[in-house]
Amino acid sequence: MLEIRHIVKQYANHTALDDVSITVPKGKIFGLLGPNGAGKTSLIRIINQITAPDSGEIYFDGEALNASHIARIGYLPEERGLYKKMKIGDQMIYLAQLKGLSKEEAKNRISFWFEKLNIESWWDKKIEDLSKGMQQKVQFVATVLHEPDLIILDEPFSGFDPVNTQVIQNEILELNERGATIIYSTHRMESVEALCDHIALINRSKLVLQGAVKSIKDEYRNQTYRIYFHSENGQFPSSEAGLWQQLESKGDSSDSVVIQVDPAHTLNQVLTAVIDQVEIHQILEIVPSMHDIFIDQVTVTNQALPSS
Amino acid sequence: MSKILLIIQREYLSRVKKKSFLLMTFLVPLFFIGLYAGVFFLTKKSFEDTKGLVYVIDQTGEIASHLESSDNIRFTESTLDLDAQIKEMQDMDHSTNILMIPTDFYQSQHVELLSSGKPNITLKSEVENQLEDLLLEYQYTELGIDSETIRNIDSNVRTSTKEITETGEAKDSDTRIAMGIAMGLSILIYLSVFLYGAQVMRGVIEEKSNRIIEVIVSSVRPFQLMLGKIVGIGLVGVTQFLLWVILSVSLAALAGSFFAGEIDVQQQLSQQQEILEESGSAGMITELSGMLANVNFTEIFVCFFLFFIGGYLLYSALFAAVGSAVDSETEANQFTMPITMPLLLAYILSFGVLINDPHGTIATWLSFIPLTSPIAMLVRIPFGVPVWQIALSFAILVAGFVFATWVAARIYRVGILMYGKKPTLRELIKWFNYKN
Repeated sequence: MLEIRHIVKQYANHTALDDVSITVPKGKIFGLLGPNGAGKTSLIRIINQITAPDSGEIYFDGEALNASHIARIGYLPEERGLYKKMKIGDQMIYLAQLKGLSKEEAKNRISFWFEKLNIESWWDKKIEDLSKGMQQKVQFVATVLHEPDLIILDEPFSGFDPVNTQVIQNEILELNERGATIIYSTHRMESVEALCDHIALINRSKLVLQGAVKSIKDEYRNQTYRIYFHSENGQFPSSEAGLWQQLESKGDSSDSVVIQVDPAHTLNQVLTAVIDQVEIHQILEIVPSMHDIFIDQVTVTNQALPSS
Repeated sequence: MSKILLIIQREYLSRVKKKSFLLMTFLVPLFFIGLYAGVFFLTKKSFEDTKGLVYVIDQTGEIASHLESSDNIRFTESTLDLDAQIKEMQDMDHSTNILMIPTDFYQSQHVELLSSGKPNITLKSEVENQLEDLLLEYQYTELGIDSETIRNIDSNVRTSTKEITETGEAKDSDTRIAMGIAMGLSILIYLSVFLYGAQVMRGVIEEKSNRIIEVIVSSVRPFQLMLGKIVGIGLVGVTQFLLWVILSVSLAALAGSFFAGEIDVQQQLSQQQEILEESGSAGMITELSGMLANVNFTEIFVCFFLFFIGGYLLYSALFAAVGSAVDSETEANQFTMPITMPLLLAYILSFGVLINDPHGTIATWLSFIPLTSPIAMLVRIPFGVPVWQIALSFAILVAGFVFATWVAARIYRVGILMYGKKPTLRELIKWFNYKN
């Protein structure tokens, strides 16, 4: 869907994006991750043609990104808002028209969405009469009204209560099912695993990591297991010849232990070594969460680039 | 292109539909009428209020009896000497004065006016006038001239100014009328450029502080948004002016028909004529209406619109750039000040240099520099400016607008996405140099 190649963006005294290349596969939900100030917003603005990169190019469905693609992108910025004094209905029509919809078409689609989200009565209201969460809902509708092929959502859930978060999350999934590609930018990791198929992690203007969530997590598997056991003395046998490492002795329950198997060996070898001393009840692989990967990667890259 | 039209439409309708627009349209003229009526009334009243009591200590013994009391001033011959009179005066209120006429008054032509506060100017000039008349009378008598004869000599010169037009005809013209029109135009341009320019700035700041800006610039180019806003608000201005014109014309017509119903106009006119002829100023009145008829109102009207639009576009582009650079209106002040200086300068000068010497070097230069020309040229036009100068000035103004828009757009596109930091001038220059 989107092919981002060697994007460099420099501002007067800092580099916002340093040779970033990302591929966003069609029909997927793509998580654009990174801490605050990493360069996510700069990249999103370039995709939206709000600013231009200093070098590098972007391909949208195989074509070099140009003004005709604007109508096919829906963008929900992190810094968002609407005209306070304008009626919501008029405002929606205006925004849809700016995206190239006719007035009639815009009206029909707004009615459809307002009905769907049970907010028909808001048509003649003004934004200033709505709560923050309600405004966000309206804003979300404005983003997807023109049925864009690519939807870019920058922290879409900020300001929503759990109920509305769920409503919007379902809408996002539904839009995705109907074929829209979604770029979901956030620094909240909990929702990433629930939503995203692919991710890219940016830190300090550089691309740190990208790929399918599943393969990234596989890559980060480091043979760590929690083993529930029973033994005579209540202790898990200690490692022989560096076969494994015990990470955590006092777990939440006294009958389990977390071990990391030496990369040169396998779990089976460990089991063979201990099987006559303990009774194994359960083994769980501990797969790192996206949260852990995020923290880990950000810390690593920050250490590599200590200055600035 | 149609996106710009959409933006213009929104900017225009959202303002014209507001109640405050209607209020402005109808109340501003009333407000100004009220303001001038108020000023007139108060000034008149302050003149009436200058009633003063003057104790005259006349050492010549001849003059005091000739001083005539009027509505404003009452002369009382004092029987006390100066020191005693001063002592007595200290117990009285501030409108009491002492006029001390020394024995050698006819030679020194000098008197002293002592007041408990700052002396009132009207009172002082009244005293001076009366004394001068008396002195004149005295001097005539000294020289053996009959003052009666002098008084009958009329030396009042009236100049009817004629202007030689390009076709060689002599046309009635009067600088006083030109001056009045010029000053009116100057005020109108100054106020309206500020009024609507500031609206552009406020609109930009609103979009920025509402955070809607990023939503919009993901659909349209910042330049389109800026231009759409400027044009939309400009049209609001034009609409308002047209409404004002229509309103005042129809009010005048209404007032005319109202009075026509009350009194027989013909009769009234002939009565007026008689009165005027009696007072001998009929000539002046007909002359005045003749001169009014000679003022080229069409030219002034057309030029006003052209230069208002040009000036507005130029300044509103700059205002838009300022609005994009700041987060709130209070922050904007440090930037609007330098921008509006040229206009303010032209405005102030329009009451002096520009009107006194409308074809002089300063006036001519100011009427070509685009930042000052909207006011300077309009002030000059009632005095008659060659068409080529108007055309050239307008062309420079348009060029200035294009240049200002180009500069403003480069700052605008960066500024609208910058939050939280109050930019310095150096940063604005940096923004200007950013690539796209």
